[in-house]
Amino acid sequence: MRSSEVTPKALYVRRRDFLKLGAGSAIALSWPSSGKAKIEHGPRLPEVKPNPQYALAEEKKNSFEEIASYNNFYELGTDKSDPSENAGKLRTRPWTVSVEGEVGKPRKWDIEEILKAFPIEERVYRLRCVEAWSMVIPWDGYPLAGFLRKHEPTSRAKYVAFETAVQPQMPGISGFAGIPFPYLEGLRIDEAMHPLTLLAVGLYGEALPNQDGAPVRIVVPWKYGFKSAKSIVRIRLQETQPPTTWSRYAANEYGFYANVNPVVDHPRWSQAKERRIGEFRRRETLMFNGYPEVASLYDGMDLRRFY
Amino acid sequence: MSRGALVPAAFAICCLPLPWLGYQFATGGLGANPVEALLNDLGYLAFILLACTLACTPMQILLGWTWPLLIRKLLGDFCFFYACLHLLTYTVIDQGFDFQAITADVLKHRFIFLGMGTWILLLPLAITSTRGWQRRLGFRQWKRLHRLVYLAGGLASFHFLLRFKTPRLETLAWMSAIAALLFVRAVAAARRRATMVQSP
Repeated sequence: MRSSEVTPKALYVRRRDFLKLGAGSAIALSWPSSGKAKIEHGPRLPEVKPNPQYALAEEKKNSFEEIASYNNFYELGTDKSDPSENAGKLRTRPWTVSVEGEVGKPRKWDIEEILKAFPIEERVYRLRCVEAWSMVIPWDGYPLAGFLRKHEPTSRAKYVAFETAVQPQMPGISGFAGIPFPYLEGLRIDEAMHPLTLLAVGLYGEALPNQDGAPVRIVVPWKYGFKSAKSIVRIRLQETQPPTTWSRYAANEYGFYANVNPVVDHPRWSQAKERRIGEFRRRETLMFNGYPEVASLYDGMDLRRFY
Repeated sequence: MSRGALVPAAFAICCLPLPWLGYQFATGGLGANPVEALLNDLGYLAFILLACTLACTPMQILLGWTWPLLIRKLLGDFCFFYACLHLLTYTVIDQGFDFQAITADVLKHRFIFLGMGTWILLLPLAITSTRGWQRRLGFRQWKRLHRLVYLAGGLASFHFLLRFKTPRLETLAWMSAIAALLFVRAVAAARRRATMVQSP
């Protein structure tokens, strides 16, 4: 027998694994909650200064493990545990972010330049998911406003569109996630320029785990989590309201504004309460997720209509 | 396996998820949101058992097997058992006995309404699943009542589908399986009627 006829070990081991998959394992494979995978930490960020204005001392922070194991990131899979299990499928180097559209100085940034463009501060924010769960997360980053101003937005820049990376090896991209890619999000320019809106590159003083939107993402704490685009590659300033992935998918369920609002329900569930991850009982959801300072952005707007 | 061992074996298998879920819940194996995981797992179990219950008669029709009929009642009872645990997890742990919130949830949201509707449909079927009730109702009436299980299968399917923000392939696969099972029985019933007409 020639050595080329010998089944390579990797192959026959795989074949055995395959044979183990009976009807029982078919159920187990599609089982919605699976065990804990080991969560990898990113490298420590140099010089992160806590911003005392956003220390949120009254709230208990969620653990790194909670923040990095329970995620919505459909490019890495649709179950909550998928993004952390498939985290390695996102490549974060090389990485560029293009800032374009209605700006005097468009620019293509390398991620290393973004990391050094402004001093990085720690801000503890509440995060409220549209699915009625929430966390408290110590983000590391800097205000998006200063970053955008560097590009000298023109008077026609009324909206800001964000685009998430599409990499063919990501399981949601190559498989079936139900939503179209690239993932698109957007903000009105005054929302993007609000001092709360963050360009985040880390959490707990470490580079973002891939499943949390590495290497750079947006954080808009008064809106449902899906508004905070992850792993962004493009920021486009424009005159018209940009299409956004979830409102295009189901406009009656997800609006462009998507401000956290306990009195406007999702068609399938109530938004009045939420479960803080790590807690047993539900707690009341706060208007604008407890950030009343943004209320003036929506003066005179019917928030039931513009949900 | 001897036929005598079939029912106890099926009983034991249907019980297995309980200690497993209990252990996972206690040791943090259900992840960062254990309440949600428990709720989903119990609902998933009830749904799978409903599909298994619905598969018993078509297996007899298509393959001529009679052993599935021996465990059909057991599977149906366990389906209801897990549906009850699912409902209890929702009302007690998830909603914390907030009956105002629960009522609003059921009335306002189709997703919750379908789940509650399924449980309500299963309730009379579970109560009358005994031989005694079969006798009391008469087989014809009993059979007519238990056709509700198809409706329960339909409602449960849509409840399961709406639980995710986007349709999942696995949910669609389960829904197609249930539809195929109903189709087999519909065809068999139509044939039976045809032969009855031909040979009075």
